[in-house]
Amino acid sequence: MALDVGTPAPEFELLATPDQRVALAEFDGPVVLIFYPADWSPVCSDELSVFSAASKLFHARGAQLLGISVDGAWCHEAYKEQRNIGFPLLADFNPKGAVAQLYGVYREHDGTTERALFVIDRDKKIAWSEVSPLGVNPGADGALRAVEALS
Amino acid sequence: MSDGRLSVPVGSDDHVVGPEDARLTLVEYGDYQCPYCGQAFPIVEQLRETFSDALRFVFRNFPLADMHPHAEAAAEVAEAAGLQGKFWEMHDTLYTNQRHLEEAALLRYVTDVGADVDQVSKDLASGAPRQRVEADFEGAIRSGANGTPTFFVNGARYDGSWTYEPFAKHLQDLLDHQ
Repeated sequence: MALDVGTPAPEFELLATPDQRVALAEFDGPVVLIFYPADWSPVCSDELSVFSAASKLFHARGAQLLGISVDGAWCHEAYKEQRNIGFPLLADFNPKGAVAQLYGVYREHDGTTERALFVIDRDKKIAWSEVSPLGVNPGADGALRAVEALS
Repeated sequence: MSDGRLSVPVGSDDHVVGPEDARLTLVEYGDYQCPYCGQAFPIVEQLRETFSDALRFVFRNFPLADMHPHAEAAAEVAEAAGLQGKFWEMHDTLYTNQRHLEEAALLRYVTDVGADVDQVSKDLASGAPRQRVEADFEGAIRSGANGTPTFFVNGARYDGSWTYEPFAKHLQDLLDHQ
């Protein structure tokens, strides 16, 4: 089960590029954590492209977007470049899916994660979340409204 | 929850074809450089033919500029042509020629559709087309648009296949159950 609203958001520090780590603690403002099953899958690609295009709406409200999947940092790097995705993609790769497990969205049987969105507030609590069916791209409206509700 | 509902109702500022009292309103959020939108273009034409006066069609801009470097400029030029009453001519021309949307080509299409190039340039410089495209874009995001193209039928996001057969069946089912 995905973590409930009001729960403290588990801290993490993951590779965003092959030589750079990103930690939740680095961000002062709200964070939108975008768990997606895998780089290169068609639904994930559309979802991330929509968030990337919408990133200025999130930035205007002081929020940071972070994508996260079980793919490795080199894979993320190629994917980001090919799709021109404008926010970090974190590698929940070693140990595989450890952060997804903390957030309750790891899919043990197939080794990927749910398609899940978490909005984390300034106090590092989960303010909003949504788990979508794997084949349905949720769009960015719910997360945007949740970020706006924080300010 | 993301509800996938059209957040900006169809209004007098929209680009609309078809009767106002049509029982079906199809809104497309599209990107002129997106190949899927290019594939959807003749399908929408076919649906308009099939459903005739039962369907009105609305086009709004949803350029995914990170992936499609010419999409924003193409959308702005279409809006600028629209100020001269040539929106649909430009819309059709851009989709028919979507592999060639660099700046010189865009200006050529302006002439082709019979709009005044100098006026288009002036209007582009005024920033009004850009504001319109940005407003469309924000409306798309707030409506839960989840890719290009995203379709809304009578206000609800359509997540099914937009190839002709299933899309036509969906529209016919709505008509049958209204």
